Amino acid sequence: MENIKELILAKVSDAVIEDKQYLTVTVKPEDLRTLAKMLRYDEGFDYLIQLTGVDYGDSLGVVYLLAKSEDMAVCIVIKTATADKENPTLPTVSDMWKAANWNEREVYDYFGVIFINHPDMRHLFLTERWKGYPLRKDYDAGRDVNPLDLKSYDMSDTTVSYVSEGDGIKKIEKNLFEEEDYVVNIGPQHPATHGVLHFRTALDGEIIKKIDANCGYIHRGVEKLCEGLTYPQSLHFTDRLDYLCAHIYRHGLCMCVEKAAGIEVPERAEVIRTIMDELQRIDSHLIAWSCMCQDMSALTAFIYGMRDREKILDIFEETGGGRLIQNYNVIGGVMADIHPNFVQRVKDFIPVMRKGLKEYHQLYTGNVIARERMIGVGVMSKETAIAYGVTGPSARASGIHCDLRKMAPYAAYDKVEFKEIIRMEGDSMARYMNRLDEIEESLHIIEQLIDNIPEGDFCAKTKAIIKLPEGEYFQRVEGGRGEWGVYILSKGDKTPYRMKFRSPCMTLVNAMDTISRGGKIADLITIGGSMDYIIPDIDR
Amino acid sequence: MEVKDIKIKGISYDEFKDNDSLEKYVEELRANGVGIITGVLDDIINWGRSNSLWPLTFATSCCGIEFMAVGAARYDFARFGFEVTRNSPRQADVIIVAGTIVDKMAPVLKRLYDQMAEPKYVIAMGSCAISGGPFCNSYCVVNGVDEFLPVDVYVPGCPPKPEALLYGMMQLQRKVKMERFMFKDKEVKENE
Repeated sequence: MENIKELILAKVSDAVIEDKQYLTVTVKPEDLRTLAKMLRYDEGFDYLIQLTGVDYGDSLGVVYLLAKSEDMAVCIVIKTATADKENPTLPTVSDMWKAANWNEREVYDYFGVIFINHPDMRHLFLTERWKGYPLRKDYDAGRDVNPLDLKSYDMSDTTVSYVSEGDGIKKIEKNLFEEEDYVVNIGPQHPATHGVLHFRTALDGEIIKKIDANCGYIHRGVEKLCEGLTYPQSLHFTDRLDYLCAHIYRHGLCMCVEKAAGIEVPERAEVIRTIMDELQRIDSHLIAWSCMCQDMSALTAFIYGMRDREKILDIFEETGGGRLIQNYNVIGGVMADIHPNFVQRVKDFIPVMRKGLKEYHQLYTGNVIARERMIGVGVMSKETAIAYGVTGPSARASGIHCDLRKMAPYAAYDKVEFKEIIRMEGDSMARYMNRLDEIEESLHIIEQLIDNIPEGDFCAKTKAIIKLPEGEYFQRVEGGRGEWGVYILSKGDKTPYRMKFRSPCMTLVNAMDTISRGGKIADLITIGGSMDYIIPDIDR
Repeated sequence: MEVKDIKIKGISYDEFKDNDSLEKYVEELRANGVGIITGVLDDIINWGRSNSLWPLTFATSCCGIEFMAVGAARYDFARFGFEVTRNSPRQADVIIVAGTIVDKMAPVLKRLYDQMAEPKYVIAMGSCAISGGPFCNSYCVVNGVDEFLPVDVYVPGCPPKPEALLYGMMQLQRKVKMERFMFKDKEVKENE
């Protein structure tokens, strides 16, 4: 990394470089694009993992977390800020990383920062009529500013883009669709969008010309809520983001706080967490499989998947107390010791699941109709996946090594042996098969750990009030749908100054437009099912 | 007048926890007496209606997964007459509001409710739909769908267990069984 420091200083002489958790480079807004270009094209930082807006009080800033697709563990952080709070502007990086497109719109939503040259500077989560910028520190959260409005408004068919011209900034209005486009609304209430997502689909006959995805129908403002709560209090929000990966997400936030506060987690807790994570992953993939099959009209598959899933939920309920949302991880370990039946139940479950997998393949994978609908449909190339920052089983179906359990092992993943499932095709079939194969790998991980749960405490002793030292903390974990990340900016208080969650599903939906163009509208459902996004995770 | 011993398959009258409010409801309905023929017709129609309440496929967040679990093999609400979920609000009798409703979603939900044909019912599932739940302090979360929808049954929990939802749905069935269906509109007009 020393080499990189010199290269950065050669390009941008007044950059401030700090060695923190990751190498952190602070630059002025005007130097941002120079640095970003160098890192993107010369140094190979082609993954934009996180893009976080921050209100520093006297300035509005953006924090970029970049990684390399060759080695996902190598990260670099870029920071920039603008002091103008009246009309804040920053240069866009959405032409270098397509993932930045939605992330910058999110920052615009939260902080009102306008990104110059961004192609589509609309609100992402909030409506056009929303007053104020909710994540700014001076935002008045009172409901009388933005009261509940039950009137339905027409959606705007135009978008704006801000271009710098000489000294000023020019606003350009653009149409989203062409004059002769036939636009079909899919959602927000539609059984195949897996939640309240809204696609405006421009069609040419049956062929998809363009998709304009609208989010925010379940935007709950979790990040703002976290700023008012202590760390243990904010844990339960993570369970409710992607409820199918509740355990994994909570694990991620716990790890982030533990690392920052210097809490040593007992080995027993680490192993229990790993087993629970893998059970959760199986649960998540089962739902993904069942729902995808149901979307393609195979109701039997749905019933089969849900049936096997209930066995995992029984295990969760016995030990954690909850079925879907377990609230089991706490800072320092887990909330309670495992139930005496836990080991036996898990051991009983493994052969049942293996039998189930065989059944699924017989039932659906070999089905001629299913194969016709999946093979070669919705091909996501490796370049597309990288540009949009797609991770998880969907990216691994496009041939990217991005499994953080392998790349940057946490908990007990460095002690176990498992395969990273990689496929090269990148179509719906590859994504479908990846999930089923990952269930098998998860079973393999559980098998190795279940007899080797070490004795000892299940939770470390922590202080009654947990305060994190001043600084920035990142944590990345491998969720069921991709990389989930958390960013905490602490000012030394018991509450975070800014907490941001990186959503894997946002990248998936962002990529939907590119990969479904040219396909049939019926294939959109298949592609959506194979991408397997969870909407509350996008909207947060 | 006491509530008739309304049988729901698998759960007897005494096992329901909320009988008081229903008894009060019946008292109100029968304040002016009940016609014999229309009363009997009501019973027959209500028997049919209560055993074929079809929910709308609608879920915004976590509770939706539990709703799916109730529809799947282990809990299977089809046993109690909630046969299938309907994808169009025009075919649905009951909307189960499963999940948080935020400002942007509220007009959509209102429109969905308006599109449903009478008689229609609302079940608020989970603490978010009841009161905003863990997100009640947020800048854009509706603190309970009862702000703009007439809720018939509240099912608490975060998320409620499938058994709890089944219980709530059965409560709705009992409510439907007691309603006056025949000449309902006429009487409402007379009272006005």
